[in-house]
Amino acid sequence: MKKSRICLTGLLFILLSSNCLAAMNLYHFEDETKKARFKTLIHELRCTVCQNQTIADSNADLAKDLRDKVYKMIQDGKTDEEIKDFMVSRFTDFVLYNPPLKPGTYVLWLGPGILLIIAIFFLYRNIRRKELEQQNDFDESQKQRIANLLTENTTDEKSKGLDK
Amino acid sequence: MKMKAVIPLLVFIVLVILLGYGLTRDPKEIPSPLIGKPVPVFKLAKVLKPNENISNLNFVGQVSILNVWASWCASCRVEHPIIVEFAKKHPLNIYGFNYKDQRSDAIRWLKYYGDPYIASAYDVTGSAGIDWGVYGVPETFIIDKKGIIRYKKVGPMTKEFMENTLLPLLKKLENES
Repeated sequence: MKKSRICLTGLLFILLSSNCLAAMNLYHFEDETKKARFKTLIHELRCTVCQNQTIADSNADLAKDLRDKVYKMIQDGKTDEEIKDFMVSRFTDFVLYNPPLKPGTYVLWLGPGILLIIAIFFLYRNIRRKELEQQNDFDESQKQRIANLLTENTTDEKSKGLDK
Repeated sequence: MKMKAVIPLLVFIVLVILLGYGLTRDPKEIPSPLIGKPVPVFKLAKVLKPNENISNLNFVGQVSILNVWASWCASCRVEHPIIVEFAKKHPLNIYGFNYKDQRSDAIRWLKYYGDPYIASAYDVTGSAGIDWGVYGVPETFIIDKKGIIRYKKVGPMTKEFMENTLLPLLKKLENES
């Protein structure tokens, strides 16, 4: 019973993973570069119905239509840019898995970097302050003792050096 | 020193507000790039009269509505009677856009549930649908007198939406020269 269930799950995974391959096999290209371009494009375009899948992965009807459209446009000699523009003009930048850098997406692209810089700034300031606090933790007599100990140490080392 | 203790709280509050705002937004609603643009060029046969066409030219000269529907679309079944009711009360210049359907199914649907449309365009392949940026049926476009798309609603229209959003917008567009 258990075994058959595992088998079924495995089978399901195999079937699901082959979707993408099956999608590729439906299209015939006369040369390899077009095929490669098609493959990259369908992996870069988002299926607008099932929003977390590319049109390569999705089984949705619309994804199939969009794959057909990409295929047709490649066969018609359209460039990658033209194909992406076509999609963007109908479905906005949302269809691109790689959104372009422009005023609307500055926060998206630059936000993490800016946050990192702010974090580093505060981290640096905190470490620096802790260091200063430690230095200032000693009162005058303690400081004197430290100074004495340090000079003692150096004279010790010097004398050791002389011994050798 | 006290100020410092408040900072994490402030950050937390801002985060909660932003995330709360995020929750009220519908991720399915992609803003249409077509708003402010003319109706895409298309020409499709009518569902009920295959010999006649509907094209982008039908949308110039008066304020009109284009409602994308299909017999296989479950939420259209919810939306459709509302449109039918509404069209009885208010004279709507509404066209249908039958998306990726079988003509026989579409005709049966219109006969059974009523036909509020002036005519429905029959887009069996969905290629005109791509030009309209259709990705989730039902969708509704509102088009001004010049044939410019002014509003797009994704998902079924409710009675509230039609009364509170659609009607005022239609009136506003009607008053434009």
